[in-house]
Amino acid sequence: MHFTKSAAILAVGTALTVGLAGCNSGSSSASGSSGDIKIGLSVSTLNNPYFVQFRNGAQAEAKKEGVSLTVTDASNDSSQQVNQVQNFTSQAMKAIILNPVDSDAAAPAVTAASRANIPVIAADRGVNKATVDETIASDNVTGGKLAAQELAKELGGKGTIVVLQGTAGTSAANDRGKGFTEGIAAYPNIKVVAQQPADFDRTKGLDVMTNLLQSHPGITGVFAENDEMALGAIKALGAKAGTTIKIVGFDGEVDGIKAVQAGTLNATVAQQPALLGQLAVQAAVKAAKGTKLAATVSVPVKLATKDNASQFATS
Amino acid sequence: MSADTLQKQAGPSERNGAVRAASRFFAENGALGGLVILVVALSLMSGSFLTVTNLLNVGVQAAVTAILAFGVTFVITTAGIDLSVGAVAALSAVVCAWSATSEGLPWPLALVVALGVGILCGLVNGALITYGKLPPFIATLAMQGVARGLALVISQGSPIALPNSISHLGDTISSYLPVPVIVMVAMGLVTAFVLARTYSGRAMYAIGGNEEAARLSGIKVTRQKLITYALAGGFAAVAGIVLASRLASATPEAASGYELDAIAAVVIGGASLSGGKGTAFGTFVGALILAMLRNGLNLLSVSSFWQQVVIGVVIALAVLLDTLRRRSTN
Repeated sequence: MHFTKSAAILAVGTALTVGLAGCNSGSSSASGSSGDIKIGLSVSTLNNPYFVQFRNGAQAEAKKEGVSLTVTDASNDSSQQVNQVQNFTSQAMKAIILNPVDSDAAAPAVTAASRANIPVIAADRGVNKATVDETIASDNVTGGKLAAQELAKELGGKGTIVVLQGTAGTSAANDRGKGFTEGIAAYPNIKVVAQQPADFDRTKGLDVMTNLLQSHPGITGVFAENDEMALGAIKALGAKAGTTIKIVGFDGEVDGIKAVQAGTLNATVAQQPALLGQLAVQAAVKAAKGTKLAATVSVPVKLATKDNASQFATS
Repeated sequence: MSADTLQKQAGPSERNGAVRAASRFFAENGALGGLVILVVALSLMSGSFLTVTNLLNVGVQAAVTAILAFGVTFVITTAGIDLSVGAVAALSAVVCAWSATSEGLPWPLALVVALGVGILCGLVNGALITYGKLPPFIATLAMQGVARGLALVISQGSPIALPNSISHLGDTISSYLPVPVIVMVAMGLVTAFVLARTYSGRAMYAIGGNEEAARLSGIKVTRQKLITYALAGGFAAVAGIVLASRLASATPEAASGYELDAIAAVVIGGASLSGGKGTAFGTFVGALILAMLRNGLNLLSVSSFWQQVVIGVVIALAVLLDTLRRRSTN
């Protein structure tokens, strides 16, 4: 008796929770009409404004094209992502957009989809050791070079700078750092005095910048490998941010663009996550209709400065 | 005994007394020895370490972890664990920013609502553990997911700017009094008071020592555990507000992984994961060690790959030092 009662409570509770969550997510997936094309999108994490914009761009495009788009969040867990892609194959998706948590660990997910003859589009990050139908990504190395050139321009070709690095070992941190190092090498009078990790995190950006100011009080420039860290650095630098100490960020996220408009961030290398999402859905629709895709499409990075900041999304 | 006689031969009785008092103090606060070693080592290695500004920076950077860890101290003292504090901190901060901006609540009320959310999360943890008979690890792991998820739902995944009135909590008064440090010290004093001077505090030690014995001796274990987890939730809310005010914005992904830092701080501070031990001062020292280490690694420009190695090794050494000291004194 007791057991059945509590089991009933458990069942009702579960049903309510799932139902509630279902209601909320129901509105976010556009229902299909044109040819009933169903597309699955597995996002690496929605715990990051950049990927939220990416998803929003994808959803807007899906609505425009009248296809049904199911979005799942892998919470930065590669094995969860493999499960999600496998679920997509059993849901008879016509195409899958994969935003890999990890380029190496994504191969099993892609293989699972290929076995079911479902085309896969890799977005934002590539997939190693498995073939996808198309890879759409921003060029992080070029972006890093662009950031170096802009920072050098702001500094008039000379100064001492520090670099706030992203999470050690991630492709974004590696590529942006590589591009920046190559770019800054062209300016012999600019010296990089410290490179320290702040894990793409705003709080850590604040803390690491505060600490670096103690050991290198005379710096004139900062390159942060993403906007979150740049925003933390701005907090640490106070009134010096954007004036006596030049800062260049990366991503062009909403708060970053706002900081560029406010003059505290001198420039940010804007990726275009919404455009990335839009292009990914367009490619997925084409693939679902059997059109052959280009192997790689690179979404251009754009330098956002005070002059052109109004062109970028700020909401 | 033998150490005693040695000391007696070493010098006059007054100095002897001072030495004995100092050695007893260090024996009781093993982590403090680790902190002293760290301060000396970093001062020798980096010229910019031992300055007033830098030490204040360390204090500010320790604040969030310390406040979270104070809350976790209560839980660990009862032989429980709380994995949800980081997520609850983020949820409280997001609720605070959201209610003060999009809902237009006056800021003092927004702070109260945020604190209420933290306490409520703690109470749910406590209820799952006491009435639901869930192991604390699982109950608080579930809460971690729920709180982090709700923070994302409310904020729609994007940071919410904090009104100026609240973000002043992250400021520094007259350039030498950072508000986060004041809040940290205040919360530390509250923790010390609760643990040492209140019925609930003594009940926590009793429950952690032997839950069945505590029950038999008339302690209302269920009620005291609810209080314990509610305190941890409330402290997490305070930590979340301090964190958000430092950045003038509340992000749903803030403070992820901080629960492990908090647990590390508590254990470095001499608490035992099997319960019955733990002090506010020890936890404070533990949080300072972690913050000082990160600060020092930045000052010394240690490469990003090595930093994680060093932090891991120092945590192990700090706790090892403490256990060795305890064994030699017993």
